[in-house]
Parts: sequence; C-alpha cells; structure tokens
Amino acid sequence: MITAALILGFSLVAMLQFFVSYCRSIIAASTAQPLSEQVREVTGIRDGQLRGEEFLRLLQLTSLCPDSGVDHGAIRAVRAYFRMVSFARTALRGVIPGIVSWTEAELTGCAHFAAVALDRRISYSRNLMAQQYSRTS
Amino acid sequence: MLSPLDYAIWILISALELGVLFCALRTRSFLRFFPLNFYMLVAVISDLARFIILKHYGFNSSNYRYSYYYSDALLTICLFFALMSLYSKVFKEMGAAIYVRIGAVVVLVLTAAVCFLMVRHSQHRLATRFASELSQNLHFVGAVLTYVLWSAVKKLHETRTRLIQFTLALGVYFSAFAASFALEVLYPNSPYSAFATYAMGLWLPLAWSYTFLKIPENARLQTARIATGGH
Repeated sequence: MITAALILGFSLVAMLQFFVSYCRSIIAASTAQPLSEQVREVTGIRDGQLRGEEFLRLLQLTSLCPDSGVDHGAIRAVRAYFRMVSFARTALRGVIPGIVSWTEAELTGCAHFAAVALDRRISYSRNLMAQQYSRTS
Repeated sequence: MLSPLDYAIWILISALELGVLFCALRTRSFLRFFPLNFYMLVAVISDLARFIILKHYGFNSSNYRYSYYYSDALLTICLFFALMSLYSKVFKEMGAAIYVRIGAVVVLVLTAAVCFLMVRHSQHRLATRFASELSQNLHFVGAVLTYVLWSAVKKLHETRTRLIQFTLALGVYFSAFAASFALEVLYPNSPYSAFATYAMGLWLPLAWSYTFLKIPENARLQTARIATGGH
C-alpha cells in the first residue's frame, strides 16, 4: 500500500511536470512564428498588443475555421494549461504578488499560440477555397 | 461488455494511430523515428487482432483476456524501446549510444526478473499474471526513465524541438498509466483506470501526429524557455 501510494505521488507529480513542459514547448515553438497580416486584420491585433485575456476569443475564432484535424490535441492541451495558469493566478495572487507578471507572460504565450493556430486555419481555408475555385473554373 | 462508446473510442484511437504513421510518411520522418512509428504500427495491428478475437470469442472469453494482456505487454516493450531510441538520439553525440542499448536490455531483463519474483508463487495463470505485471512495472520504469531523459535533455541543452516534444508526450503517457495502476491498487475498481486508458490512448497519437506535422525537423527550441518561462 505504501509503495503504491509513493508510486502514485511520484507519477502524479511527474505527469504534471511533463504536461506543463509539453504545453510550454508547444507555446514556445509557436512564439517563434510571426503573425501574418491577414490574422492581424481579422483579430485586430497590433504589434506587442496581444494580451492573455484574448486567448478565449482567439480560440472561438479558430473554432469557426475549417481545420486539417491535426491541432485539436495541442489546442486542448494549451487550453488546459491556460486554465491551470489562470487558476494559479487567482488563487495565489494574494500570497505571491510576483506571480501576476509571470502568469501574464504565460497567458500571452497561450494567446500567441491561439493566434498562430488561427493563422494556420485561415491559410488552410484559403487553400481549400483556391482548390475549389480552380476545380469549378 | 463493451458499450458503443467504448467501440467508438477504440476505433478513434486506431484511426489516430494510423494517422501518426501517415503524418510520419508525409513528412518523410518514418525511418528517422522508426522505433516510434514501429510502436504505432504494432498498436494498430494489435487493435485489429484484439477486435477479431473479441468478435470470434467474446469479451468474457479467456482467449480475449490472454490476447489483451500479451499484446499489452508487447506494446509496452515496444514503447520502452521507442523511449530508448530517444535516449540514443540525445546521447549519440557523446558516443554513448551503445551503452544506452546495453542499459536498455539490462533494465528490461531486471524488470522482467522482478516481475517473475512477484508472480512466481501463482500456480494459476502464471504467464498471464507475468505479462500483466511486466506491463504495469514497465510503465513505472518508463516514467522514471523519461524523467531522467528529460533531466538530461535540460542539462545537455538539447534543442531539437521534435525530440523534446516526443519525450514530453511520452512522459505524460507513462506517468499517467503508472498513476492509474497505483490508484487501482489503492482503490480497486476505480473509474480513473478506464479513463486513463482511453485518455492516454488518444493523447499519444495526437501529440506525436502534431509534432510530426507541425514541427519541422530542423526546428530548435531552448529548453531554458520551457523550464523557466519567458516568451
């Protein structure tokens, strides 16, 4: 029983750590990609003005676009990470004042990831439409 | 008895596993990450074999039970070697790939020996209990080894994004299963076990497909950004 409890404790801590690192790796990979002009137009985002609270709005826009079906898992993972960080900010704001700036940076990363996902889907939709148009004409 | 939802999730998992192979072929990464793709191939074949046995003999038959436990043990061994291939990639430049291979075999033999010691007194269904025990223990060993690999990746400043994401996705998978098995011991018949099986069955193919398709082979990432933050 004690061994099982120790294994459970280790596994849960490791799982959380792996999951957080995985989400951060996805977000970090997306921050290397600049946002296209078309996504800036659609969302009204200007340079350096992307904020964490825009994440959910960007995800809503993303869900409106047809997709190639590959980024569902990554979007779900980042959404879960976004909720975790938002919860940590709300719960620990009074205890650790410095957490607010850290969480804002994390949430902004999440929003950038959502904007990149939206960008990809817009490009995918345009390609689909172009293919459709070339078939009909 | 399996419900329609169970069947739907089963089919979805198999489709996603096939999707990983498709993504790897499409991005010409099939041979570069062959052990990972081989695991997915074995998983698809195993799903198919289990389904045929289920249709022929039924859910409560011993044939289905045996096929389930043996294929599960085989899959876990394949995944263990997939993890070892990630070790080889990380330690290749240090010329330690051969030691990794030897170490992998030693760990596998030791785990099998411990499992045999644990079940050797079982007169009834010794082989099945051994297969089940091996699978469970390898998941925990896999979680520990992935944790060690992740620490090495950070320490060695490994920057290959694909390698980092494959490792982390595998870490989530192994540790979720290890937690599930431990919870099963503490709270028998807990619903978490079935949930973890389905959730992780979906997780690994989704995560690997995404990495194959969206992360280019030459993409680089500083592990310090993942470990300490700052975008």
